[in-house]
Amino acid sequence: MKVKEKRNLILSIVAVLLCCLYLFILESDSVVHSYAITIIERSCIYAVAAVSMNLIIGFTGQFSLGTAGFMCIGAYITGVLTIPVEMRDQIFYLYGMASWLHDIKLPLIVTLILCAVVCAGIAALIGWPVLRLKSDYLAIATLGFSEIIRAIFGWDGLGKITNASYGVSNIPEFKSIFECVIISAVCIVIMILLVNSSYGRAFKAIRDDDVAAEAMGINLFRTKQLSFVVTSAFAGVAGGLLAVYMRSAVTSTFTVALTYNILLMVVLGGIGSISGSILGAFIVTGSQEWLRFLDREYTWSELIPGIGNTGFGAMNVPLLRNGFRMVVFSLLLMLVVLFWNHGLTGSKEITWDRLINGAKKLMRSKKEKAVSEAE
Amino acid sequence: MISYLLQQLLNGLSLGGAYALIAIGYTMVYGILRMINFAHGDEFMMAGYFMIFSLAVFPWYFAIPFVILCTIVLGVVIERIAYKPLRSAPRMSVMISAIGISYLLQNLANYLFTAMPQSYPQIDILKHVYTFGNISVSRVTIIAPVLTIVLTFLLIMLVNHTKLGMAMRACSKDQETARIMGIKVDNIITTTFVIGCGLAAVGSILYFTDRNTVQPYSGSLPGLKCFVAAVIGGIGNIQGAVIGGFIVGICQIVITAMGYSVFSDAFTFALLVLILIFRPSGLFGEKAVQKV
Amino acid sequence: MADKNVVLNIEHLTMQFGGVIAVNDFSAQVKEGEIVALIGPNGAGKTTAFNCITGVYHPTNGKVDFCGETIANSFKISHTPDEITKLGIARTFQNIRLFPKQSVFDNVLIAKHMRAKQNPFTATFRLNKSEEQRSREETWQLLKEQGLDKYADWEAGSLPYGMQRRLEIARALATGPKLLCLDEPAAGMNPQETDELAEFICQIRDKYNLTVLLIEHHMNLVMGISDHIYCIDFGKMIAQGKPEAVASDPKVIEAYLGTQEERDA
Repeated sequence: MKVKEKRNLILSIVAVLLCCLYLFILESDSVVHSYAITIIERSCIYAVAAVSMNLIIGFTGQFSLGTAGFMCIGAYITGVLTIPVEMRDQIFYLYGMASWLHDIKLPLIVTLILCAVVCAGIAALIGWPVLRLKSDYLAIATLGFSEIIRAIFGWDGLGKITNASYGVSNIPEFKSIFECVIISAVCIVIMILLVNSSYGRAFKAIRDDDVAAEAMGINLFRTKQLSFVVTSAFAGVAGGLLAVYMRSAVTSTFTVALTYNILLMVVLGGIGSISGSILGAFIVTGSQEWLRFLDREYTWSELIPGIGNTGFGAMNVPLLRNGFRMVVFSLLLMLVVLFWNHGLTGSKEITWDRLINGAKKLMRSKKEKAVSEAE
Repeated sequence: MISYLLQQLLNGLSLGGAYALIAIGYTMVYGILRMINFAHGDEFMMAGYFMIFSLAVFPWYFAIPFVILCTIVLGVVIERIAYKPLRSAPRMSVMISAIGISYLLQNLANYLFTAMPQSYPQIDILKHVYTFGNISVSRVTIIAPVLTIVLTFLLIMLVNHTKLGMAMRACSKDQETARIMGIKVDNIITTTFVIGCGLAAVGSILYFTDRNTVQPYSGSLPGLKCFVAAVIGGIGNIQGAVIGGFIVGICQIVITAMGYSVFSDAFTFALLVLILIFRPSGLFGEKAVQKV
Repeated sequence: MADKNVVLNIEHLTMQFGGVIAVNDFSAQVKEGEIVALIGPNGAGKTTAFNCITGVYHPTNGKVDFCGETIANSFKISHTPDEITKLGIARTFQNIRLFPKQSVFDNVLIAKHMRAKQNPFTATFRLNKSEEQRSREETWQLLKEQGLDKYADWEAGSLPYGMQRRLEIARALATGPKLLCLDEPAAGMNPQETDELAEFICQIRDKYNLTVLLIEHHMNLVMGISDHIYCIDFGKMIAQGKPEAVASDPKVIEAYLGTQEERDA
């Protein structure tokens, strides 16, 4: 046992160091590697959102779909409080920024904490009536909430604060890739610690059997409330990070489709597995980039060189045009739900033991194949 | 002033009628499968697109039944592909599957018909405008509530006084026992989807004729509102869903008329929260007792 | 009545679901250290009475006092199940309700959550390690005492049936109860297992200073260990007293076996 634990610790340290090394390489020449950097930053931010969604859906068994709404709140708070003071008049040229807000500029970390606090407070308010009831109503109420948030932030009446439908732009970007990765990592680590604590066990008890959990002295409402509040707080932080990443906060980013996209990451990674959600976030974000070609119109000659002379080459490849990528993604989500509903990780955490055992099995089967072929 | 109020009231009734027809689909599916059919709003959106294409080919009296038929086929196919394999899966999987279908339909519409709003064809017989003094109403505004009430009446007759209706009620009470009693539960579920989608198609004609455009996301918010309407009326209760639909529709028009159109959606969800606090089983729902 | 403290006092408990009166004007007392059984044919309202005591249902009428505190009454101010567990009433379920996908150890550990002196902040940031440590040690202790320690890493759902019942009792004990409510603990057990269970119940009563309220069909089990028996039928109490007295009560026999004429017919 002890040897294994030591080995796992060493492996973890090595893995973290390798990641750091890779990030250093990217950072050392951030112009050349800008594409990789954007993908990694985006993945990290979505990983925070996905893990936070998994906390309530996968660990507490409550179906909350408010992620986009809370991200929207976080994004606007971060946007409004971090844009440089001298640019504000220019950005808010139409409405003029409210004077009490005009000169308040906070460091990123402080605004992110503020995002978490505000989102937690709002979550506590809407959770109070809704969490007492069945999980279905939570889904509808949070989905509705997220649409309301969008409407309110885009409302002319709040133009002095949110710049209404124009949104907030010119948000200062991350100082380096480390800023984004470290903040995301800290958020995820906090959630992992919570899930593995006594409260995390209470979440799982409610998910598995709420009547029995209650008989064990777990206060259903307060525990669900805690989970919902933490989920929303981290969704708010993820929204803040996303605003910094995109350098703008506009309501059209935070549609229900964003929530669905994050749900795809959670389901693909495995509901109830944090490492799965992180993996899901990276895979979905990465492949959404790689599959961009699906959104472009190609002629056959562009795809297969040499075919151009046949007259066939000038024709467009069927299906490929704007929007096809998202169709492929939604089909993917359906396939995972229908045929592979445990996701990539089978709802369990990825551990070194699992990885090594898996690798061993793979080696063995290859060896056996080789042996049988030799015979 | 009074004419303005009356005008708004008529508009509210018309919108409420469309909402009521969609809400019936939610409430019936929830009653039998205990799931929120998140895709229902998008089926309604697709019905809008079907109308655009079928009216380009057929005259209106062929186009309307054709659209209803297409929507029913779409709904039944969705049920077979996405919900039936998950009958014994946890309820959350079914809901995720429904969300997946909703996402797929939206993206598909976006891909096939582009994100630009398409103009909804004008059906002349529906658009005929009557004028009474200061009030001018199109025929659809009058037809909508009347048609809704007639269809609801027929549906309630079906549910309460036919063998099929009895089987449906049995399934919603207890599927296992209904199965043992020799009811083909899968057929009943299909029937439910047929009725729900048919009504949604009718609702979509009433709704879009007044709104003039269809776009890929125009189903999602009305869909949510109609589910709220179903909850307000007491989920699983058809009359309740209709009354809930009218309440939501009229409230929306009244609030918009007062100049707070931003908050008309917010109000619907505030209504949901209020209902959940004070009457969790809805206005007409039965209180459920949990078995331990 | 004067010699021992009354732990649980049920007065005129009535529970009505729509037109069905599941429990009708039921009164009973459970004294400290006793094993009290609640018997009756299927559908007599035993589990409903139980659910009123443990806060799952709010009674239509009447009240339940536990150690002098009213825990359930007809007003909306009754306690919720978790509050009642905290006061010291633990229960098991008729159809076992473990957390089947979690380990045996975790199943018991969950019961320690309610009494741990922690808040979400200290728990997340591990500021109170001794508390977590203590919970884990107590859980080990309990598993050892119940002979479940060798299964600690098993998935609870994969245990044999009898073990699952025992685990459910262990989990209830882990909440630190004064009163243990067992809902048909012998259901699905063969005679030998039932005898072992009877012995086990007496053992844990003495070991943990418990009072036990028991719902059971098995007359053998009930007769052997109970100090007092209440028999209900169609929600109404039809007999109470010492086991021998209840066993020979004609009304009880009638409720279980039907009237003489029905038997002759």
